[in-house]
Formats: sequence, structure tokens, C-alpha cells
Amino acid sequence: MSLPGPKPRSNLEELLEGIWKQNPVFIMMLGMCPTLAVSVSAVNALSMGLATGFVLSGSTLLVSLIRNIVPREVRIATYILIIATFVTVVDYLIQAISLAIYEALGAFIQLIVVNCIILGRAEAHAARNPPLRALLNALGMSMGFTIGLLALGAVREILGAGKLFGISLFGPDFQPWVVMMLPPGGFFVLGAWLLFFNWFNRRKTPVASDKPAQGHAHV
Amino acid sequence: MSAPPRLDAPLPQPASSTAMLRTLGLVAGLCGILIVSAYQGTQEAVTANRKIALERAVFQIIPGAQRVDEYFATRGGLVPAQGNVPDGAVKFYAAYDTAGKLRGIAAEGAARGYADTVRVLYAYDPVRRVINGMGVIYMRETPGIGDKIATDSAFLRNFQALDASLGADPQTLANTIRVVKQGSKQHPWEIDAISGATITSKAVGRGINDSAGRLLPLLVPHLASLKEAR
Repeated sequence: MSLPGPKPRSNLEELLEGIWKQNPVFIMMLGMCPTLAVSVSAVNALSMGLATGFVLSGSTLLVSLIRNIVPREVRIATYILIIATFVTVVDYLIQAISLAIYEALGAFIQLIVVNCIILGRAEAHAARNPPLRALLNALGMSMGFTIGLLALGAVREILGAGKLFGISLFGPDFQPWVVMMLPPGGFFVLGAWLLFFNWFNRRKTPVASDKPAQGHAHV
Repeated sequence: MSAPPRLDAPLPQPASSTAMLRTLGLVAGLCGILIVSAYQGTQEAVTANRKIALERAVFQIIPGAQRVDEYFATRGGLVPAQGNVPDGAVKFYAAYDTAGKLRGIAAEGAARGYADTVRVLYAYDPVRRVINGMGVIYMRETPGIGDKIATDSAFLRNFQALDASLGADPQTLANTIRVVKQGSKQHPWEIDAISGATITSKAVGRGINDSAGRLLPLLVPHLASLKEAR
């Protein structure tokens, strides 16, 4: 006897899943450590998003390619090895592209190896899907993560420094809201975005008027 | 998408040790090739980037400098820098103008600040025997408070002629470079702190004092050998 499975997703749905429906930052709330720590500016956020996206896409593709020859007893060790390899590669690449970004992101580049989005996707998706679907899903998740980081980084940079991508927006008289550049600012902005996402999703899902609303908080 | 699980499906057979070892070996070999290729492929660009960043930092604190040579100051004299810093040696940078004349010496100092280590690059004037420039290379200090060490003009004025002469015993500085409360600087070897950012200010002073205290006794006796670019 077999259980009825969910309807297979199209390639487009696979790609879009991580961007909105299962956004790693705002819905799944994964990878919060780099999200809060490096999102002090839009450039940092974008760089971190791209670096994580590179590791996620590369490791997902490789895990999917070798999924049929990896015994389940050693699968986690194999995934970690692959993820650590792509993190090392991205570490060298960022140093080669810009030392300023490398210094700004600091240890959080190496810490991508423990970002749970990546191992989570390898185990839950890439190990069970063919390479194209796995890659599309990873690209969507990468975009979702980058958008999440950018949403935080842009707001924090605008409010905390009066700039966006380093370009001054309000002139020299702007008084920066310094707390936005500090850790509490990260929590404030994340909280505001989560509030928006939850409000938006509830608005889209009509609740039966005769029943009390069911809590949907993901926090 | 994978096929839905069958409840009556038999449990998978455990993999043999050979299969596990073969897979891990294969993946490790592949990962090794990827890492080494990435290292080899980026090494040239990384080295070039580091040189550009260093030159930019040195040129900022030593006006007129056009090229930088890296040296180790050791007990046996000054040697061109190559590889890791030997035990007891201190790395420094000699900055030259277009004519090849020595414009100044730069070295790095580091000390624990409020949030993390504060790393600074300071310029040493070998003629006047003073520290005459300071730039921040790395810090994670509080924005708007500690990070003023890089921009506060009153604080940066401390580094126009900060005394760093050697004492009667040429193995130590004549006076410890120290940070004092804002407005109470009385001696040329003192640094006026930034009010509200005392911990970060002190990290700058401590970093420079420790570094200059180790570097200058090794460097000053051999300054003559640096007069011209190598």
C-alpha cells in the first residue's frame, strides 16, 4: 500500500518556493546568525547572500549528482565534506574579489559551513531529487536568502547611516539612528519584517468568520 | 519529486564497509581537487589585492610615498620580509617616494578594544623620531562612539608628533606612550582620549606602544640601511 503523495511541483514552482513560500529568512527562519550579524549594510548583505547562494547551489548540485552512490550511513559526513569544500572555495574567491568585503564579513564566511539552510536542503531536497530540480530549488532558496538579507541590510543602512550601498541619501545634516547598526537594530528590523510577512500571509488566507483565528506565528 | 514512501517496503540493506569507504574516499578526493584548484586559481589575485590594500593604507599615513617595501626587524638586522615572521622579529614597511628616498616607516599595532581587537597602522618619522600618522585597519567598535578613532580630527591630531624616542637604554622607549583623559595631555608621548570612547582610545595607544616598543629598538640602529629603496 502506498500513501498518496503531494502533487509534483513544476520547475518554476521549484524555483519560486524559496523566494516566497518557503523563504529561508522570513518563513523558515533559518540561518539567523549571519542574517542578523552581517546585515548592517546593503553591500554586506548582498555579498553574504551571494556567497551563501554559491555554496548552497554548488553543494546541492553535487549532492544530487552523487545521491545514488552515497550510502545513507555516511551521508551526513559526505554532505558536510562537500559543503565545507564549497565554503573554502568561496572564501578564496571573496579574498580574490575584494579584501574589504572579506574583512567586513569576517568569520561569517567560514561559518556558512554551519548554516542550517545548506545542510537542510542537502538532506531534505537534493538527496532525493535529480540535479536540475535540486539546482532550481537551491537557486530559489539562495535568492530568497539574499532578498531576506538585503531587506534587513538596506533598512538598517538607511536608518543607521543615512546611506544605501554607501551612497548618502539625506545629506550631511542627517543624524544617524545608530542603534540600527547595532545588534538590537537587527532584531528590530527582523521583527518588523516578520510582522509584515505574517500580516500579509494572513490577509491572503481568509479565516472562517465563525471560528477564532488560528495562530500562524513562525517565531 | 521522490515517489511517496511505501509502508510495506522492506528496510534498506545496510551498506558494506567497502561501499562506505569508497564513497567517502571518492568525495574527499573530489573535494581536495576543488579546494586546491580554487587556492591555486585565486592565489595571484589575493596576493595582488593584499599588496594594493597595504599600499593604500601606507600611502594614507605617509604623504609622498609611492612604493612600499616589507621588512623584518630582527636582532641580527633588517631583512626583506618573506614568509612568516621569525621568532622575536617585527614586521614593518618602509615607504619611499618616486626618487627612492625613504619617506617613513609604517608598522602595525593591535590591542583589544571594546568589541574586538583594534588593529592600527602607524607611521614613524625616522628623522624626528616621532609617530606622525595613524590609520585604522580593522575594528568592530560601536558605530558613532568607538569608531570615531578613525575620523575624530582632535584625536587624530595626537598622531602628528607623538614622541617615540628611545631611552638611555636603547632597548625600550624613553617614555611609555599612553592614553590620558581628554584635555589632560601634557607630554608629547601622551594621547588625548576621545570622551565616551576611552576603551577604544586606550586600545589604540596600547597597540602603538607595544608595537613601537618591540620594533624601534630593533629598527633604529639599522635605519641607515633603509635610506634608499632596495
